[in-house]
Amino acid sequence: MKLPIFLDNHSTTPMDPRVLEAMLPYFIEKFGNAASRNHAFGWEAEEAVEQARKHIAKLINADAKEIVFTSGATESDNLALKGVLEMYREKGTHIITSSTEHRAVLDTAKSLEAKGLATVTYLPVDKYGMVNPDDVRSAITDKTILISVMLANNEIGTINPVAEIGKIAKAKGVLFHCDATQGVGKIPVDVQAMGIDLMSFSAHKIYGPKGVGALYVRKKNPRVRLVPQMDGGGHERGMRSGTLPVPLIVGFGKACELCGVEMATEAPRIAAMRDRLQAAIMNALEESYLNGHPTERLPGNLNISFAYVEGESLLMGMKDIALSSGSACTSATLEPSYVLRALGVGTELAHSSIRFGLGRFNTDEEIDYAIKKVIEVVTRLREMSPLYEMAKEGIDLKSVQWAAH
Amino acid sequence: MAYSDKVVDHFNNPRNMGSFSKDEEGVGTGMVGAPECGDVMKLQIKVQNDRIVDAKFKTFGCGSAIASSSLATEWLKGKTIEEAEQIKNTDIVQELNLPPVKIHCSVLAEDAIKAALADYQKKAGSKTGTGSAQ
Repeated sequence: MKLPIFLDNHSTTPMDPRVLEAMLPYFIEKFGNAASRNHAFGWEAEEAVEQARKHIAKLINADAKEIVFTSGATESDNLALKGVLEMYREKGTHIITSSTEHRAVLDTAKSLEAKGLATVTYLPVDKYGMVNPDDVRSAITDKTILISVMLANNEIGTINPVAEIGKIAKAKGVLFHCDATQGVGKIPVDVQAMGIDLMSFSAHKIYGPKGVGALYVRKKNPRVRLVPQMDGGGHERGMRSGTLPVPLIVGFGKACELCGVEMATEAPRIAAMRDRLQAAIMNALEESYLNGHPTERLPGNLNISFAYVEGESLLMGMKDIALSSGSACTSATLEPSYVLRALGVGTELAHSSIRFGLGRFNTDEEIDYAIKKVIEVVTRLREMSPLYEMAKEGIDLKSVQWAAH
Repeated sequence: MAYSDKVVDHFNNPRNMGSFSKDEEGVGTGMVGAPECGDVMKLQIKVQNDRIVDAKFKTFGCGSAIASSSLATEWLKGKTIEEAEQIKNTDIVQELNLPPVKIHCSVLAEDAIKAALADYQKKAGSKTGTGSAQ
């Protein structure tokens, strides 16, 4: 087993060697511009792009023409929200989203709000981080033009009832955008069955290259139109100008193809490792709390709060395992995870959270190592924690008058 | 963020981690911070003849907070009350090479030292009636 171990597969994933192999010819040998219509170099590149587009579309049950390539999910989210708002401004300016969306959606919504271009409703989530479709329905007004709710959350892995939300959107004639960055390739995604009109996702979360993503834009029932946010040569049906990064797109296509073939066996294998990790840690360590939905959760996600120890110190104690924490100290803002706060997790437990993200290349041996290490480090840091000591003495920490700083 | 070697050393080999009984003769206890802020430090000193003969800490917080309090106990040992009052957070920042986002950890450590000294002086004062040196 090689150290350090990568258990941060929500942040990014290593590229699958098969993806790299598919990409390699498109750097030196087949380097053409897919928009060059008059020579073999261009035709070759275009053919490769169209092949990739088909694989990507197939994974989400879309038509290849409905795939718009972008630089990644952040750009896709920006294009979806800003593009729809600008296009349908006369119909309405109200957007409905949820409080646990990725920053790419939340900050785009906030920026539209700040410029006076939109009013935004941020729906609360339940204690598992799930959006209630009834809340979506009752938030819709005659000014609502877009609902943007994520498929699966990047911190806690909770999977939203997207198909129900899609149904409501359709019935009310409102467009539905879904940030599916964490879900695509990990769980079945079907834009038809889920009633999705626009969907953001990216390659590097599914063992593809960084720097390429897609926005699915529905072509029929209804035909969704967007005002482009990048002007230029009119690529991607005019929705996103810029020379296509052919090798990246080829890699994205291969990554989607592999996910489509392997998901049925890969998801249960990863979920089994995750379940073993979860059971071993939570059985060994009292006062460890699962964040996120117990069952409606991404197969590779595990987010746990360990009471009385701070997240960053946990990460520091496990420096040969790559993990992420909802602790304030891992961010520059000194505020703990807004996602965990939205679930109603107390601030102190939000500071104590660790996110494990399992992926395709993790092994049982690595999970065994992680289990041992987590138990060891949490135990050591609890010995060092004045809060743990007080709790053991029977002091109710909530009754203590803390001098907040 | 990369930690300085000294922070890593204190984190992996904390000095003087533990607790004295609060009621023990000559013990002063300072507890600062709040769980919702992500750091709580408990710092204790044991004083004999106006000199700190031992110190202990327990800290809930990030690596820099743990290192700051561990370092504080090292520095406190052997110092007189007056000398201990001179320890500044900037000294801790310098010694541990803390980045700007971690300066609050050193401030907390200084607060913990001050709180422990004040607690000791309060206890000593109420016992002997001589008042504190502050």
